[in-house]
Amino acid sequence: MSHLRPELRARAEALVALYPEPRSALIPLCHLAQEQDGWLRPEAMEEIAALVGVTPAEVRGTATFYEMLHTEPVGTYVVSVCTNIACLLTGALELLEHAEEHLGVRAGGTTADGTITLEEAECLAGCDKVPCVTVNHRYVGARTAAEFDALVEDLRAGRLAGTVPPHGTLVRVRRTVGLEVPRDQVAGERAAAAAEQAARAAGSGGAA
Amino acid sequence: MAVTDAPRIVTARLGHDDSHTLDRFLATGGYEGLRKALTMTPEAVAAEVDAASLLGRGGAGFPAGRKWSMLRKDPVTYLVVNGDESEPATFKDHLLLEGDPHQLIEGVVIAAYALQVSLAFIYVRGEFALGLERVQAALNEAYRHKAVGADIFGSGFSVDVVVHPGAGAYICGEETALLEALEGKRGFPRIKPPFFPASVGLYGQPTVVNNVETMSNLPWIVTHGGAAFAALGGGRSTGTRLFALSGHVNNPGTYEVEMVKTTFRDLIYAPVLGGGVRGGREVKAIIPGGVSAPWFGPDKLDLPLGQDEVGEAGSMLGSGAITVMDSSTCMVRAAWRITKFFSRESCGQCTPCREGSGWLERVLFRIEHGGGREEDLDLLLDVSDNISPGLLWPPQQTTICVLGPSIPSSIHSAIEMFRDEFLLHIKEGACPHG
Repeated sequence: MSHLRPELRARAEALVALYPEPRSALIPLCHLAQEQDGWLRPEAMEEIAALVGVTPAEVRGTATFYEMLHTEPVGTYVVSVCTNIACLLTGALELLEHAEEHLGVRAGGTTADGTITLEEAECLAGCDKVPCVTVNHRYVGARTAAEFDALVEDLRAGRLAGTVPPHGTLVRVRRTVGLEVPRDQVAGERAAAAAEQAARAAGSGGAA
Repeated sequence: MAVTDAPRIVTARLGHDDSHTLDRFLATGGYEGLRKALTMTPEAVAAEVDAASLLGRGGAGFPAGRKWSMLRKDPVTYLVVNGDESEPATFKDHLLLEGDPHQLIEGVVIAAYALQVSLAFIYVRGEFALGLERVQAALNEAYRHKAVGADIFGSGFSVDVVVHPGAGAYICGEETALLEALEGKRGFPRIKPPFFPASVGLYGQPTVVNNVETMSNLPWIVTHGGAAFAALGGGRSTGTRLFALSGHVNNPGTYEVEMVKTTFRDLIYAPVLGGGVRGGREVKAIIPGGVSAPWFGPDKLDLPLGQDEVGEAGSMLGSGAITVMDSSTCMVRAAWRITKFFSRESCGQCTPCREGSGWLERVLFRIEHGGGREEDLDLLLDVSDNISPGLLWPPQQTTICVLGPSIPSSIHSAIEMFRDEFLLHIKEGACPHG
């Protein structure tokens, strides 16, 4: 019984098929699971593990390395305030402090209504719109305290639903084409390469 | 202010609202470079890139042509594009990903043809949601246009391209960490040797890893010839380059300018570029190439934007991120925040980096917040020296990758240039800048 919804399960299988080694799809599949649940539920990690041929512990161990993958629940909207150098120079610490007060949570926390998780981010590559704020990884432009408050109000009222989809950096990323270079040809080349490597290893072993 | 009339090589389309679409791309010469490349031999295409003397635009500045020539001969090789732009204050590759994804794809297919690779990956930083959407949409279009996939433009050459998302980790910009991430693992940089993925890369196979901006230059180079590219710029720094200008300038932004013929002063003060320092204040210091780079004082403003020129002056152009700090800046706070970044992003494999970054961050924090001690400056330099012995430039390495030795750059610069400011913090028990 699949934890992923049928549509997402189909996308997951298509993603696995893109790679010479299934494990390469591990991170894309984590994004996919977060699209469904908002975070990486244990059941999702088990399904991902089965899909890519590793243990659930390996999925968790990999996911915990990455900032965007959440092994605990987060709010519907992850609001990231960058405080790295370009933003620091233009008032980011002050903006973050305001955000913490306004939302009543410290960076890393989630509001009681489960709407917003606030995070202090490293550089988001938006250094010309500083301080840089993103919501679910979309640039939103909230440089002042007043703009930040308006952003929160818009999020809570659902007014940004069109521009900021809930969760999942890949929500709007759809590959509509398959691979065209025949896989058996690639597989054949890989087998030849492996054979050649083995021959080389045997050769050097014999010389030693 | 000297702003040369060099052509805009990678940003020509960016002014248009529909710059990311196939229609706009085809209406403005798109895929012509690829069509031309496919009439040449792969070796001839590589020779043009070599003649262009295109230095990699990711950070290390390694010549792309030479990197290609190092690809070990093997039945299975890969091409991987590094779009994991995350060096603080670098915001150029994501403009190319969002604004001209077909140009990138054209560059990727040209490179794949030159290298005779049948599978290429475009690794895009996970946070770049719009960039991922645009590149994938463009890739779908490019397949239908027969510019990617089987029998490209009827030439008989075939390559598949896969867009792969990251998931938030600075270290994955390091090419061996990126390959680990692409293999579905934690982004731990690989132990060297082997030094180059060109011998052992993705899935253990020879792999070329090139930056987004590097790839985006290829269509122009093939169309106009390597010599035309090499005629721009000066010395080893040929062509134009994207510089991401941030901090206390009137017009922060990403600007494509001719290398060497343009100076830091031009970039910061030219009305069509940075437009001068905010509030008419003076430059106190600049970070010339991302936060891994040692800082410059205002005495270096007339230095040309060239890789060797900046290297000989004791720093690097790195990722092309130039951050201006004006006379109002607290240098302790700046050094602290940069160090906090490294502390957060250290992957944790190597002790000097993992432990050192945390110690340095805490000592800088207490100085900034009034708890500093006089001996702290020596302590900072001593810990820095343990991470990178001698505090030399280029730095000595005690770690698997260059993240570690990058940590002392800002601390060493800040203490050397602004020692009095550190002492004032310690003496007054508070930040004099408030």
